[in-house]
Amino acid sequence: MTFGGGARDEETFMPEGQENIPHLLNELIPQSTFYTQVINRGILGHYVATASLATGVYETFNNFAAVSPENPTVFEYFRKDLNRPATDAWVVAPSNGFAHIGESTHRAYGQGLGAGVLLPKRLLSAALSSAGESQYEHLLRDNYESPLYTPELTGSQLDLHEVAELLKLSVTDFTTHARNLASPDELSVYVARQLMRQLAPSLLWITLHDIDIAHSGTYSLYLEGIQRTDRLCSEIWKTIQSEPEYAGKTTMFILPDFGRDSDTDPGGNGFQHHRTGDSLSRTTWMMVLGPQVRQNVVVDRAIESTDLVPSLGRVLGFSTQLSRGKPVEEVS
Amino acid sequence: MQPGELTPERFSSYPPLAKQLATTHILLLQQLPLAFLPLLLREVIAYDWKFPAERRDLDNQFAYLAGLPADQLHTSMQPFAQLRLSPELGSVDWVNSPAQFSEKLTAHLWTTHQIEEFRTASVEYVHKLNAATPAEKLPTHRLSLIILGEGVTENRYPLFRKLRPQGVYLKNVNAQDGRRILLDAVAQRAAEHPAPFAHWYIDGATNDPLPRDGVTCMNYSSLGEVRATLVNKMRKVMQPGGGGPELLRTMLAQMRPEELGLQGTGDVGVLNHFQVSILTEGSGTQLFSTTFVQWSAREALRRAQPLTLLARFAPRLHEQSMRELIAGTQQKPVPDPQGSLIDADMGAYYTWINQQRLSGAEQSRFLVWFEGHNEALVAGPGFGRGVVDSSAIDLKDLVSHLT
Repeated sequence: MTFGGGARDEETFMPEGQENIPHLLNELIPQSTFYTQVINRGILGHYVATASLATGVYETFNNFAAVSPENPTVFEYFRKDLNRPATDAWVVAPSNGFAHIGESTHRAYGQGLGAGVLLPKRLLSAALSSAGESQYEHLLRDNYESPLYTPELTGSQLDLHEVAELLKLSVTDFTTHARNLASPDELSVYVARQLMRQLAPSLLWITLHDIDIAHSGTYSLYLEGIQRTDRLCSEIWKTIQSEPEYAGKTTMFILPDFGRDSDTDPGGNGFQHHRTGDSLSRTTWMMVLGPQVRQNVVVDRAIESTDLVPSLGRVLGFSTQLSRGKPVEEVS
Repeated sequence: MQPGELTPERFSSYPPLAKQLATTHILLLQQLPLAFLPLLLREVIAYDWKFPAERRDLDNQFAYLAGLPADQLHTSMQPFAQLRLSPELGSVDWVNSPAQFSEKLTAHLWTTHQIEEFRTASVEYVHKLNAATPAEKLPTHRLSLIILGEGVTENRYPLFRKLRPQGVYLKNVNAQDGRRILLDAVAQRAAEHPAPFAHWYIDGATNDPLPRDGVTCMNYSSLGEVRATLVNKMRKVMQPGGGGPELLRTMLAQMRPEELGLQGTGDVGVLNHFQVSILTEGSGTQLFSTTFVQWSAREALRRAQPLTLLARFAPRLHEQSMRELIAGTQQKPVPDPQGSLIDADMGAYYTWINQQRLSGAEQSRFLVWFEGHNEALVAGPGFGRGVVDSSAIDLKDLVSHLT
């Protein structure tokens, strides 16, 4: 699960930020092995950075381009090595821009070996008549860096009715439930839960993004985004504990894609963006929870974002040969 | 084209003052590397619309570069010259579109993992430039005044948390007619130290009247039509098939006041170019008044380097109202005073940081006041740091210590 959209330590784990993450701090950290320094040395754009998390290689494509990663994704390693079906690996992603994250263009992997990608906002949009969309605008916003931008979808997409069938959810139920949700990430978590209940995939990747409202320059909305993400992480962990297919046999990794600029770097405007590449924007954390994971352990050794994929490979038992990272020693 | 191939004719489409500056220094420009020169030209091409302080800085930069012996100029530029650039960058019309070049250069540096080298080279260059530039003598100390919190009756958010270590947190300020007191202080300083663009008043709603001229005023409300026109243009480009983010960036970088119904010449033209830059370069400034005030204050400090700045944050739209505005379905705008207070509190902190980046920082003064309440924070020489003061004080007396 990515604590995505770019959150700084100052608004999360630093003393004055801890009020924004009560669930992480009081519920999840005590159950986890917690890495205090995860360095992202790649490009600090959300899609390219999340793709880098998923491949274990710092991808270098244009963040706003509708392209697949060049290096094999964790989903491809998982499915090819363990011979898993397409229904066993899924991504729930925040915007149309993430449509290609499930599968790389790598010759040895690629087509047909990736994860299914669910774009809840795209599904909701398809479910609504244009006349009805105004009630759901708060869930349909696609991109915070360019708020008026909705990337065009390319490539093959699951259509609404296929997804409704997969999730055993009527279009009416979906739109009715969506009306009561507060944000796009709430919608993503709702879809992820349905996916867990109906298909119980072994590998599920949820990317959250509400925090990126910070690009609007509104500090209060950025804090609200962090508080909501904190709560949603807790809710997903509770769902894992309550679903028979997952309870007691699931490992959850939570980490941000990257941070945001420091207040004092003259090249930026503090929390608003992630443009300077300073150390605050590159340094985040990672939390690992699960039955094989030691609880209440804090690791201060610096690791890299690219270490996620080999760590997942070690936990699930597949090879991640083209990833550049190293598996973290504490989780196996 | 490479810098060595530059000729004066290449600058024929530059505005008059910019053309003169570039052609005067053509021999110098020919010696600068491609990873550096277009970034300098990005400043030169806008010379006619720059504030006096910016022109002075650019003149100083040319004087510094022109005064370096050949070997030192070579050494100074070497970190930029060593960067590996793609052939595509050389084919960009970087003389006439330096901002576009800059965008492409940034993307190239990120994708080729050279952004750190570029950053280090830039920081070192600026340090050397600043060290070689004579210190500016200010006619008086700088002063920033911030007003925030309109519409908030009860507040539980701990205000000024980030600023408290820098100054005195006052909990018992008698601030009757507070806004008027601060406006008068700005007008008085403008009268005592008159200079173009040296005293500013930025308001998140509308500017209150000032007793005298000499203060540069801008506000969120009066730019309503300009913002609406701009958002419409942006929406068209960002719709599917409209061109996407890259075309949008190019469009915004080339936007002129006249295209948005504003005058583009004279002193008003300079201000209007600035206002357009706030709306085209600032993320969120078109939609949230709190962001507009914070970014305008930052840019006014960075660019105009004023002696006096008064920035008043007003309630911005509620997030839902903003989404409706983007979608073009807004019925009745709903303000969010409490959220705006939190935004403005951070905006005040950033304004203090930005003021501290200017010359004379050690003598500069700063005040932020919670409008309609008796809380304020003051920072500057003669005031303590990290102090909480609950004794009664009149805002008028406080301001007299600051001006």
